[in-house]
Amino acid sequence: MKIGIFHVAKLANLPLKRGEKENFEKQLFEILSYVEKLKGVDTRNVEITAQVTGLESVIREDETIPSLIQEEALSNAKSQHSGLFRVKAILE
Amino acid sequence: MKLNELTIKEAEDGLRSKKFSSVELTIACLEQIKKYNKELNVFITITEKEALYAAKKADKQLNNGTIEQWNNSPLLGIPIALKDLFSTKGIKTTAASKVLRDYIPPYDATVVKKLKDAGAVIIGKTNHDAWGHGGSGENSDFGQTKNPWNQEYVPGGSSSGSGASVAADMCLAATGTDTGGSSRLPAAFCNVVGFKPTYGRVSRYGIISMASSLDSIGHLTKTVEDSALILNITAGQDVHDATTSNEKFQDYAKNLKNGVRGIKIARPKEYFTQGLDIQIKRLTEDALKKYEMLGAEIIDVSLPHTEYANPCYYIIQPAEVSSNLAKYDGIRYGFPRENFGDEAKRRIMLGTYILSAGYYDTYYKKAMQVRTLIKQDFDKAFEKVDAIITPVSPTPPWKLGEKINDPLKMYLSDIFTVTANLAGIPGLSVPMGFVNELPVGMQILGPQFSEGLLFQIGHAYEQISEWYKRKPKL
Repeated sequence: MKIGIFHVAKLANLPLKRGEKENFEKQLFEILSYVEKLKGVDTRNVEITAQVTGLESVIREDETIPSLIQEEALSNAKSQHSGLFRVKAILE
Repeated sequence: MKLNELTIKEAEDGLRSKKFSSVELTIACLEQIKKYNKELNVFITITEKEALYAAKKADKQLNNGTIEQWNNSPLLGIPIALKDLFSTKGIKTTAASKVLRDYIPPYDATVVKKLKDAGAVIIGKTNHDAWGHGGSGENSDFGQTKNPWNQEYVPGGSSSGSGASVAADMCLAATGTDTGGSSRLPAAFCNVVGFKPTYGRVSRYGIISMASSLDSIGHLTKTVEDSALILNITAGQDVHDATTSNEKFQDYAKNLKNGVRGIKIARPKEYFTQGLDIQIKRLTEDALKKYEMLGAEIIDVSLPHTEYANPCYYIIQPAEVSSNLAKYDGIRYGFPRENFGDEAKRRIMLGTYILSAGYYDTYYKKAMQVRTLIKQDFDKAFEKVDAIITPVSPTPPWKLGEKINDPLKMYLSDIFTVTANLAGIPGLSVPMGFVNELPVGMQILGPQFSEGLLFQIGHAYEQISEWYKRKPKL
């Protein structure tokens, strides 16, 4: 099982340094080999469990309730402009 | 006895009968922190100013208030520490990571608000494995926390600072999270009581998420009674967390002293196999004998899918981690993603791979099916017994640095604790004795929403074994 570590890192938006590649690839391979143990379990006709609460359709009234004001929402942003979050350009 | 060595119950009694003030109690904790924090590295942030302000306010209420008013603030004047995953308005909250090293939340987590409303004095934010990723405290970006019982050993994780802070009497209780054992393991390794609630019993709102279907919000205390007192405050439905339950509760300490006569306790054979340290096995068997002496019935059961729980967990958890940590892009808060530590990067990549096209069925879907089987094991067992007792960890605390270069070895320390998170059931870790002078613990597991029973069972053993009376030599 070859793990395309650079492909995975790209999907995960994680910049990896050249020197980190081998180590992470080896560790990920070991961990995946360990979890492959599940292949030995017979899961035919077994339902999946995505959550253990059994709750469904938890909703509330569509009423406006207090939230963060603009200053609070921006208070940790390192790059802002006129009360907005500033991001890198994605279009030419 | 010094004021910071008291339990919550003892402190409450002392405050209300005016034997001492909350300011005196808080100062005693702060002095303990000043004395030992540098060498133990327990706190990331110490909120001295805010704590003294809250303590003064508590003293005013204690002096002028009525008993009825005090009963509306059950934690009035009690110094409590918070794991640094808990958002505290205006107070730095780092997730023990370089990514959030300067993050100041503009709001309190629901649990934080509840503790404050109950009168608690927040004394600081404790160190932990960054993002909750770890079982030893060694994955913190702010240095490792040391075990107060022996500073060459790990205090357990991920709530390492919380475990150490309670063991070292730096506070009267500390909050934790438990996604795969992160409140129960440090409690076991620090000789304190660690609690994991039923999934959905305590709101996760405002607590930095790790794996959303597994995270539960717990706490560490000196005694089982104190643990019940904290749950009385933190439990409850929350409009901000759609996974919380509206299951009613009154007083989790109500049946505390009822004993265990007639209670059926299971000993699951899969937790007592050859991988278990021989001394821990003996201590657990001793504890079960004590329960028999007290009138409980010990029944052997099988939880046949136990060996698949850890691999199942290490598929589901990283997958959910990779999704939850996608929000840290340095735009709205924090520093860019290259600031993630190695363990965080590992789990994000593992999760991304597992969820990527072509692998989802092989890993994630399979794990979700195995999760059903693990939950069914517990459901079937609970038809026959009231609770299940197992060791918390297959080994005693290990030396700092011993497992840090082998991530998989580190993951194997979770094999007994992840089962409760997969099944969504509550667990109480209580001190069980010492191996080579290092603490170990046992966990009491019960059906969903059986927390009151767990406290009842835990209290019975605690009172006859008295491990909680031992303190580390600092």
